[in-house]
Amino acid sequence: MSVLVYTELADGQFKKSSLEAIFYGSKVAAQVGGSMTVLAIGSASDDELAKAGNFGASKVLHANAQNLASENIMAYSKVLSETAKSLSAKVVISAKSSLADAVMARAAGALKAGLVGNVVELPNTTIGFKVKRSIFTGKAFAETSITSDIKFIAIKKNVLPLEETTNSATVEKLSVDTGSLTESSKVLETIKATGAVSLPEADLVVSGGRGMKGPENWQPLLDLAEALGAATACSKPVSDLDWRPHHEHVGQTGVKVAPNLYIACGISGAIQHLAGVNSSKVIVVINKDPEAPFFKAADYGIVGDVFDVLPKLTAAVKAL
Amino acid sequence: MKILVCISSVPDTTSKISFEENDTKFSKGGIQYIIGPYDDYALARGVELRETLGGTLTVLNVGLADAEPQIRKALAIGADDAVRIDAEPTDSFFVASEIANYAKDKGFDLILMGRETTDYNSGVVHGIVGELLGIPSFSPVMELKLEGNTATLAREIEGGKEKLEANLPLVLGCQEPIAEWKIPNMRGIMSARTKPLAVIAPSSDALTSIDKYELPAPKGACKMISAEDAGSLIKLLQTEAKVL
Ligand SMILES: Cc1cc2nc3c(=O)[nH]c(=O)nc-3n(C[C@H](O)[C@H](O)[C@H](O)COP(=O)(O)OP(=O)(O)OC[C@H]3O[C@@H](n4cnc5c(N)ncnc54)[C@H](O)[C@@H]3O)c2cc1C
Ligand SMILES: Nc1ncnc2c1ncn2[C@@H]1O[C@H](COP(=O)(O)O)[C@@H](O)[C@H]1O
Repeated sequence: MSVLVYTELADGQFKKSSLEAIFYGSKVAAQVGGSMTVLAIGSASDDELAKAGNFGASKVLHANAQNLASENIMAYSKVLSETAKSLSAKVVISAKSSLADAVMARAAGALKAGLVGNVVELPNTTIGFKVKRSIFTGKAFAETSITSDIKFIAIKKNVLPLEETTNSATVEKLSVDTGSLTESSKVLETIKATGAVSLPEADLVVSGGRGMKGPENWQPLLDLAEALGAATACSKPVSDLDWRPHHEHVGQTGVKVAPNLYIACGISGAIQHLAGVNSSKVIVVINKDPEAPFFKAADYGIVGDVFDVLPKLTAAVKAL
Repeated sequence: MKILVCISSVPDTTSKISFEENDTKFSKGGIQYIIGPYDDYALARGVELRETLGGTLTVLNVGLADAEPQIRKALAIGADDAVRIDAEPTDSFFVASEIANYAKDKGFDLILMGRETTDYNSGVVHGIVGELLGIPSFSPVMELKLEGNTATLAREIEGGKEKLEANLPLVLGCQEPIAEWKIPNMRGIMSARTKPLAVIAPSSDALTSIDKYELPAPKGACKMISAEDAGSLIKLLQTEAKVL
């Protein structure tokens, strides 16, 4: 059973979630007794691509035609489905992301493959092919059988602890018939925060709610995030009020994060907010109201004023 | 303009989730169902476009009869007619192929959906439908403007957004702030009762099935740290929780 892992590159490097997908894919390949191939689309050096070997890959196929340089759902999915076909891949794996969801969906459509997202464990292949996935925005799990010949799965962040070796993978150029990738759309403009830690990928997140009182008060939170090397996030009212950009808002209607550490500053912990953060490994809540519902979902809590607590945390991080 | 809006019927986000029959079935008792929150944005934008450009707006749901109150609500908000494909929607590919089978010979200019359902959160039905119909799909879309046959979209990307242009027909997965949710008025509610709602039998098979459900392990107690001594939290995160 041949396994294909679809990966994403950002600034010429594998995204961390893609390395997790490669590692996961290598375990699946070992389990089903097949080989694993990694597909990388976009620009990256061969040295970077060979790093897939550190996480269990022996071969990387690199598609880097000119019209694949920036995110292109239609073209990427075509490359993925054609590659899966030519390798006779039976299991296609990716990390969940908004781009990967779109690309995997179209490729699964082309291959008539059952697709399951938000997978949280290695598959159970003793009878059939079963995966455990998170449903109801983290409020439950479902063991799901995939019965189609080709199986597509998208995994959540932090499913397996990464183990790194010093093996490297061979990198092969994948020639793509770019003529067949018709331009169905034209990008007019890309607006992207530069230098910031990517929120969906982040291991550490510091997040602020309406308790921060106004956009002018964000500095203490940014200072802690910077000291930790953490990404910043916010609650929905904060982005609705334009205190912070929309892409920072987490929750039911926003980004779903699964970091090792989520620090909530002046956020009450409404159920719609928890829906985006309840997969975090450790949750810290700072709130001046001891009755704030968020404390029930927290591992560590501080009852206090964020403006008093945040500088103390930043100082303690700097003293580490 | 011919618009199709696909809505899911999902438990209200504050619902307490539980299972029955040895954890093989979702307990529907006591659950309040709503139009999927993202699907509501798609519907609102669809109604706005139909109001300004004319044409028709059809709303489609793959679901059992218990989804009909949500379908009627969509009719009350402004859809002209409705279709229900009579099947339990547990598998993304199945839902998508039902939608594609229905839409394939009807000449829709726009197929609007939500970014994702809030029960299974897959975010994939629009992509599969786009592929099955051989037309482009984009998600998550936060802005949609039309001029003639050309759509201008803003799509959320990691850390920002991308503006792009594409020609109709398109399948889009929508999210805020594409439009404001609409609340049905009295006239809408009255007229919704007589608008056509066709029920169609499904024509394809599911490729996945759910064998068993499980609830997460209950969270342990929260360890409290005094505000005066807030700095000590960082040591605990390093040595006890081992996340730093
Ligand atoms: C369909 C739907 C979808 C939604 N989706 C989302 C979503 O995706 N994400 C989301 O976040 N919300 C979402 N919401 C909104 C959600 O219900 C809450 O309204 C929102 O999360 C509250 O934001 P908040 O905690 O920042 O503000 P508040 O509820 O106002 O809480 C502020 C908190 O700050 C504390 N505080 C105030 N001052 C201080 C101080 N000086 N120091 C310490 N603490 C202080 C207060 O005690 C309070 O607990 C959604 C709602 C609906 C209906
Ligand atoms: N049962 C359904 N009936 C109609 N549309 C649906 C159904 N399930 C999902 N959709 C649409 O597809 C979008 C993406 O769903 P999903 O891929 O399941 O997260 C939803 O926001 C809906 O617009």
